[in-house]
Amino acid sequence: MVKFAGYEMPLNYPTGIIQEHNHTRQSASLFDVSHMGRILITGKDSTKSIESVSPIDLVGLSPGRQVYSFFTNSAGGIVDDFMAMNIDSTYQLIVNAANTSIDLDLLKTHAQANCKIALVETHSLIALQGPYASTALSNLSPECSKMSFMDVRTLLLDGTLCTVSRSGYTGEDGFEIAAPSEDIECLTRTLLEIPGIAPAGLGARDTLRLEAGLCLHGKDISPQISPVEANIACAIPAARRNGGIREGGFPGARPIFSLLEKGSSRFRVGIEPHGRTPLRSLTPLQTRNGRIVGEITSGSFGPSVQKPIAVAYVDISEKEPGTALHAIVRGKRLNATVVTLPFVQTRYHQN
Amino acid sequence: MTQTRYTKDHEWAKLEHKLVTVGITDFAQSELGDLVFIQLPTIGKTVLKGDEAAVIESVKAAGEVKSPVGGSITEINEALVDAPEKVNEDPMGEGWFYKVTMSNSSEWEHLLDETEYAALVAKSS
Repeated sequence: MVKFAGYEMPLNYPTGIIQEHNHTRQSASLFDVSHMGRILITGKDSTKSIESVSPIDLVGLSPGRQVYSFFTNSAGGIVDDFMAMNIDSTYQLIVNAANTSIDLDLLKTHAQANCKIALVETHSLIALQGPYASTALSNLSPECSKMSFMDVRTLLLDGTLCTVSRSGYTGEDGFEIAAPSEDIECLTRTLLEIPGIAPAGLGARDTLRLEAGLCLHGKDISPQISPVEANIACAIPAARRNGGIREGGFPGARPIFSLLEKGSSRFRVGIEPHGRTPLRSLTPLQTRNGRIVGEITSGSFGPSVQKPIAVAYVDISEKEPGTALHAIVRGKRLNATVVTLPFVQTRYHQN
Repeated sequence: MTQTRYTKDHEWAKLEHKLVTVGITDFAQSELGDLVFIQLPTIGKTVLKGDEAAVIESVKAAGEVKSPVGGSITEINEALVDAPEKVNEDPMGEGWFYKVTMSNSSEWEHLLDETEYAALVAKSS
């Protein structure tokens, strides 16, 4: 067990991180993600209110759909990243545990007259992830298998009305389920009784998202890093970009547009060390002639690729895949190469 | 006769004549989880008691093996370099790290015995 954003959470179950990781890629794992914040936004000014603090296109988000976006600050940095769902024309945002109160304050400060913002504290969140997730969850509701990646439905699972989205943060097909907290234990037990489903903890969640090239806020992205540098500017849709129908209107629009046009001076890339030494966050990266050109933000051992993998920010001159660098670990220079993300291809499901 | 002693940092040491075999305990390996990287000392190197003699990394964390006694490194378990998981599988046996020729036998006397170590683990878990 570890303390995480005020929650006591399992880093791993007795089988261990590698086993849990592999089980997720081969079958399906159940993660408790109840620490994540769930914010409900209602009222006719909801769209305008949320769009005033994020480059999201909510007008383009149909009921029953979900989209990935982020809150930005005036410098164009990422305050937090989140998933936004449109459920019968009300919005729900799933935000990072450690940032929930910051996000709530930000939304409340920018909320327009007819917009209500509330933290949902009555529900728990679980994620069922892996190639077997759809087959398994269809035992409880056949509707699940008909959903595409990023679809959201309100479904009866095991007698409980749940919000189900076909999404996750492992790179695998899977579902995220919000259920009333009084029913979550029962639902969790039902799911764990299905052969092929095993529990997995925070440790496996981290190695899975790292292999899938997904950012962790507080490590790979932060208020000091822009979406352009993080290589996630693809989440800024055309409608909010320069020349779009609702161009700009979010904090940091000008610096972000400028980076989109001129390019940034640093960039998020994958790093593959040549040896077996894992490269951890804050490990400096140098060119072969000793110039510091970047730093690791996340790194571990990738159980699916069976070697150490890492994510780093490097100077734009070093961002090309194949660039040879040195990582400095315990005073030693270790050979490493810049590689394209992700390390493992994502397997999201489209119907 | 072989005797086994322990450190409060969860290393074990087995003494045979003046040769001490060093590893990490079952409690240490289970706390670290799946090991993925081990860096062993070089043969012939002199270590002091408490020196960082080996580096170990699991999926979740990096750690070190502090030498339970000082002396000269006489043998290393090279099989661990390509198979760090041996430490998880058999920490007190095949997962040994290195052997050191002890230079000061009084250091041995300061290590924890089986009962003292068991009490320490009971407190930690």
